[in-house]
Amino acid sequence: MLPASLRRIGAIAVKELRQMSRDRLTLGMVIGIPLMQMLIFGFGINNDVRHVHAGVVDLANTQASRTLIADIGASQVIDFVVRPTGIEALRKLVVSGQIQAGLYIPPDFERRRLDATRPVAQVIVDGTHPGVDIAVRAIATAPLPVRSGQLQRQQPAFEVLTEFNPERRTAVQVVPALIGVILNMTMVIFTAIALVRERERGNLELLIMTPVRSSELMVGKLLPYVAVGLIQTTIVLLTAILVFDVPVVGSLLELYLGAGLFIAATLGLGLVISTLATTQFQAMQLGFFTMLPSILLSGFAFPYEGMPRAVQYLAQGLPLTHFVEILRGVILRGATLANLWQPVAKLSVFLLVAMALAAARFRKRLD
Amino acid sequence: MSGEELAIEARGLTRRFGSLVAVNGIELHIPRGRIYGFLGPNGSGKSTTIRMLCGLIKPSGGTIRVLGLDIPQQSELLRRRVGYMTQRFSLWEDLSARENLNFMASIYTLEPRHATQRIEAAVREYRLQEFLDRPAGTLSGGQKQRLALAAATLHEPQLLLLDEPTSAVDPQSRRDFWESLFALTAAGTTILVSTHYMDEAERCHGLAILDQGNVVASGAPAQLMHDLPLEVVEIEAADTSAVRVALRGLASLRSLAQLGLRLHALLAPRATRAATSVGAGVAPPATDGVEQVRALLAKAGVSATVRRAAASLEDVFVGATLPPERDPH
Ligand SMILES: Nc1ncnc2c1ncn2[C@@H]1O[C@H](COP(=O)(O)OP(=O)(O)O)[C@@H](O)[C@H]1O
Ligand SMILES: [Mg+2]
Repeated sequence: MLPASLRRIGAIAVKELRQMSRDRLTLGMVIGIPLMQMLIFGFGINNDVRHVHAGVVDLANTQASRTLIADIGASQVIDFVVRPTGIEALRKLVVSGQIQAGLYIPPDFERRRLDATRPVAQVIVDGTHPGVDIAVRAIATAPLPVRSGQLQRQQPAFEVLTEFNPERRTAVQVVPALIGVILNMTMVIFTAIALVRERERGNLELLIMTPVRSSELMVGKLLPYVAVGLIQTTIVLLTAILVFDVPVVGSLLELYLGAGLFIAATLGLGLVISTLATTQFQAMQLGFFTMLPSILLSGFAFPYEGMPRAVQYLAQGLPLTHFVEILRGVILRGATLANLWQPVAKLSVFLLVAMALAAARFRKRLD
Repeated sequence: MSGEELAIEARGLTRRFGSLVAVNGIELHIPRGRIYGFLGPNGSGKSTTIRMLCGLIKPSGGTIRVLGLDIPQQSELLRRRVGYMTQRFSLWEDLSARENLNFMASIYTLEPRHATQRIEAAVREYRLQEFLDRPAGTLSGGQKQRLALAAATLHEPQLLLLDEPTSAVDPQSRRDFWESLFALTAAGTTILVSTHYMDEAERCHGLAILDQGNVVASGAPAQLMHDLPLEVVEIEAADTSAVRVALRGLASLRSLAQLGLRLHALLAPRATRAATSVGAGVAPPATDGVEQVRALLAKAGVSATVRRAAASLEDVFVGATLPPERDPH
C-alpha cells in the first residue's frame, strides 16, 4: 500500500482533475486561451516592415539610377507606387500621408557617384511611424547595390551576418518566448483560483479539518496543473511549428524539462497569490498584476539589455525572464539545459522560495 | 468529574473580531458519550465556539481541551478523532455523492477494503443509494445533510461536531436525522450539535443556551425547565390584544409571548415567595401570579382562562435571554 502522504496527494490530484474535466469553461480555457493568444500575438506583434508605400523622383534617369530603383523595390520593404514630377510634389505626398517614404535622385546623380564626399540621392521618411523609419533608414544606409556601380570604395567595410534567424523574421524572435508568456498567464491564474474557489465555496473549512497536511494539499493541487501546462506547451509548440514555421533546433526533451520547471515555478506563484486573496476576483486581479511586468520586462517585448539597472533587477525576479532565455536558447540556438544552467538555477530557486512561502503562509486555520 | 471523562472542557473561552466580542469567556464541561446542544439565535456565537473547539480559529483567550488534547496546539492530532459537519454544505458540489465519499475515505487514508465496507454501511444507514451517482450540488437539503453526515462519520470519529445540521431540512428528515444521532451515541460517539430549534434542543442530554457570546444557562433540558426562576402563566383568550393592554401595568411581568391563541406570561417571583416544587404529572397549583393576572383581566373586563403552566424550553430561553433591567412594556 502507498504511504499515507502519497495517497492523500493522489486523492487531491484526482479530485482536482475530476472537477476540471466537468468544468466546460476551464476545459475550454486550457486549449482555447493558448491557441487564441498564440495567433493574436504571433500575427499581431510584427516588426517586419514590408511594402511601405513610397514615391520616387528620378531626375537623372540613367541606367544606374533605374537599377538603383529596381534593386530597392526588389527588397519589398519599399513599394514605389507614385512617380511625382519633383521633390516638392514628393514632400507633399509624404505630408499628406499618402506615401511614407520618398526617393529623390538628383539630375547630377552620375557625377555624385564618382564623388565620395557627396550623397548620391536623398531619402525622405515619415518619422511618425517608428517601424517604417527604422526599415527605410536601414535601406538608405546600406551600400549601393553592386549592380548599380562598380565602385569598390562603396563596398561595406564588413559583412553583417544574422545568425539563427537569417531572414530576421519577427515570428521566430517572438513566438518561442510567447510559449512562456501564455503559460505564465494561464498557470498563475488557474492555481490561484483553484484554492481560492474552495475557500469561497466553503470546501476549505471541511478540508482543513481532515488529516491532510498543507504541503500535501499544495502538491496535490499543483500536479494536475503541471499536466495542463504541458498540454498547453504542446499546443503552443505545434502552432509555432505548423503556423509560424519556427524551427526547433534543440532537443524537445530538454524543452519540456525546462517548461516543466517553469510551469511549477509559476504555479508556486499562483499558490502564493491564493494565500493572499480571499475571493476569486482578488485572485484574478493579483494574477493580472504579476502578468503585466512579466510581459513587459521579461525580454519578450523589449530587449533586457535596454532596461535601466533597477528594472533589470526586477526582471530577474520574474520567472518568465529566465524561461524566455531557456526557450530562445533551446528552440533557436539548439542549446542544452547544461548550457543554460544559469536561468535553470534561477528558476529552481524561484520554485523553492514560492513553495516554501505558500506552505508557510497557508495555515490549516480559517483566520 | 475527572478530565478524562469530559470530551470537551473550555475555560474562559473568548473570541473577539475587532471590537466585537463573538464569544465572551464561556465555560464548557461536555461529558463523553452524550448529545450536547448549543441553543442560540443567529449571531450568538455557536459557530465561532465550535470552530475554536476544533482548532479552525484561534481563541483570543481561555483554554480548551478536547478528547484530552490541548487545542489549538494539538489540533492536528485531533483531526482523525473528530468529524465535523459545517453549517454550510461543504462537500464538492460538482462531484457525485459516491466520489465525495471516496475522496473523504482516501483523505483519512482508510485501508481500501475497510473504506469500501464503511461506504457500503453508510449508504445503507443514511439511505444514499438513490442519489449515489448524482452530483452533490443537485441534491435536496435532506439528501445533502445525510451525505454530509455519512462523510463526517466514515472514519468513525469519537467526537462529532455538527453546526446547525438541520437548518435546511424538512421536519420528517429532521426526525430521521435525530434517530441517526441517537444511534451514533449508542455506539459511544460524543456529539456536539448547535441549533436554533427548541424541539431539537429538548432532545439533547445537556444544553448550553448562548446569547450574544455568553452562556446564559446550561444543564439538562428538563432541569433547566424545572429550575426556571420565573413563573409561567398561560392565558387563553379570544382577544389577545386586550390581554396585552390589560397586563401593561403588571410590574412583575418580564415577557409576554403569543403561541397561537395562547399567551405565555413570564412573571418574576416576589422575593418573599417560597419556591414551589412542581412534581411531574401533578397539576401546578394556582399561585400569586395567576391571581394577579386574573384580577387585572377581570378589572379590564377581558374574559380569559388563566392557569399556571410548566415552563417549556422556549420559556427557559426567553427567560435566560431577558435583559437584566428590562421594563416589560
Ligand atoms: N470571521 C469573522 N469576522 C468578523 N466577525 C465574525 C466572524 N465570524 C463571526 N463573526 C461575528 O461573530 C458573531 C457570532 O457569529 P457566529 O459564531 O457565526 O454565530 P452563530 O453561529 O451563533 O450564528 C456574529 O456577530 C458574527 O457576525
Ligand atoms: Mg452559525
